[in-house]
Amino acid sequence: MSLSQPLASGMGGVRTAGDLVARMQLRKMRLNEAKQYVADKLHVSVFDLSDSTVMRQLREELDVGVITAVPGCAKGIDAKARIAELLDIEINCVERLRAKTGIPVRA
Amino acid sequence: MDTILTRMGDGFTVELTQDQVRADVVGGSEDAARRGKIPPLEEGECEWLVDLFANPSRIVGVPRGHEVVLTKDGSVNSLCSGQLSSGLALPLSREQAIRVSERAFCFDTFEVGHPDYSFKAVKPIVALEQANTESLLLSTVLPLFYGAMPNFGLYARPDGPFPNPADLLPKGQIAEAREAQMEMAKACHDDILFMAGRMAEIGADGFDLDTVASAGDAEFLATLQAVEDIAQTTDLAIEVGMASERVLGFHGQVEYKGKRLAGMWPHQQVKVVEEAGAHIFGPVVNTNTGKSTPWNVARAVTFVKECSRVAEIPVHANVGMGVGGVPMFEVPPPDVVTRAGAAMVEIGRADGL
Repeated sequence: MSLSQPLASGMGGVRTAGDLVARMQLRKMRLNEAKQYVADKLHVSVFDLSDSTVMRQLREELDVGVITAVPGCAKGIDAKARIAELLDIEINCVERLRAKTGIPVRA
Repeated sequence: MDTILTRMGDGFTVELTQDQVRADVVGGSEDAARRGKIPPLEEGECEWLVDLFANPSRIVGVPRGHEVVLTKDGSVNSLCSGQLSSGLALPLSREQAIRVSERAFCFDTFEVGHPDYSFKAVKPIVALEQANTESLLLSTVLPLFYGAMPNFGLYARPDGPFPNPADLLPKGQIAEAREAQMEMAKACHDDILFMAGRMAEIGADGFDLDTVASAGDAEFLATLQAVEDIAQTTDLAIEVGMASERVLGFHGQVEYKGKRLAGMWPHQQVKVVEEAGAHIFGPVVNTNTGKSTPWNVARAVTFVKECSRVAEIPVHANVGMGVGGVPMFEVPPPDVVTRAGAAMVEIGRADGL
C-alpha cells in the first residue's frame, strides 16, 4: 500500500482512535458499528474519533498510548492492557502476560 | 476545451476531456457489471467519480469523518526488501520499520512478515518469526498481525515435492494434475495452520493470508480449510486477502461446502471466506494497463460495492500496485492512488483499505 493512503483515507492509528476502531473490526464489526462502539466507550462523537487534536488529549487523559514520546505515559503492552479494559475486550498478548506473570493486568 | 490530467493503468499520464472521463467511468462500471452479473454504478455515483478525476488537486482524500481502518499486507517489505517487493532496501530491522510505520506513518494496524513472504518459506524459521513478533507485541500499541502468502506454486516441483500441474496439463494429464493440486493443498493447509498456531502461542492479534488463490481454486480451498481450523483452535483475528478478481479454475472441480470455487468474483468470494470463519476480507480487482484510471477505478468500485453490500464482515479493499484501480507500476503515483482509495470508501463502501 502506498504511504499516501494513510494520509488520504486512513483513520490515523495511534494518532487518533484508528487502532481502537481496528480492534473492533477484528471482532467482525463493520466500520460504522466499530466506530460507534469506540465512540460510546470514549464518550466522544464518531466524528471526533479521527480528530488528532481531540484524540491526542483524550488518549493522554485515558493513558491508552499517545503518538508522541511522553515520559510516563503508558506504552506498548501497558497501553494495550488499558485499551482492553477501556473497550471491554480481551487482547491476546495482554492475556498472555496475565497468564505468564499471574498478575491481574487491570488498570 | 478544458482537459483532465489523469493516468492510464500503466501509470503514464494521459489528458482526457470530461466526456471521455465520463465514458470511461461508465464503461468500466458496465464491464464489471457484465462480467460479475452485478449492478452497475448509479448515475450519481458515476458523476461523483467524474468530479473526483476532474478535481485539479494532486492529492484527494475522504472528507473528515469518513476515514477508514487500514490493514497492511507485505509487512515492511516496501521499506526493507528489494525490488521484488518494490522495496527500498533501507538498512532498517523489521522492528525499527514497524515502529516507524506505527508512529510516523500512522497505520491503524500492522503486520509482521518475512521478506521471503510465504508460509512454506517461513515455517523452518518460525522461532525467529515468533521472537520478532513477540518483541513487537510488547512495544507497539496497534493491533499486530503475522502474515504471509500461501504461494501454492512453492509446493510443486522443482520448488516443492509434488508433481507440477503446469507440466501435467499440457500433456493432457488432467486427472494427475488435479491429484497433484489436492496433495499440494493438504501440505499448504498444514503449513498455514502450523504458523497460525505458533503465532497464537505468542499472543499475536491477527493472522493475514495474502494473495489467496493466486494459483487458483485448489489454493483457495486449502486457505478456506486452514481458516476454518484457525478460527476453531485459536483467538487470532483472520484476514484473507485475495490475489485476483476471479478465482482461476486450475483444478476446476474444487468445491467448498457445495459451492464451486472456480470462477468466483469478489461478492461470491466474501461469502465463503465468511463461512470459513475469517474476520476481514480483502477483495482484489485487477488493473487493466490498457485502460485509463477512471475506467479502472470505476470497474473496481463496482465490484467492491457489491462485495460490501453482501458482506457480513469488514471489507478491506486492496489498493496496492496494480489492484483496486491503482496503476500497475512499481512506484504508484499518489494522485491516482489517493483517488482510488477515496472512491473505494465513498462509492465502494469499503470498511477499510
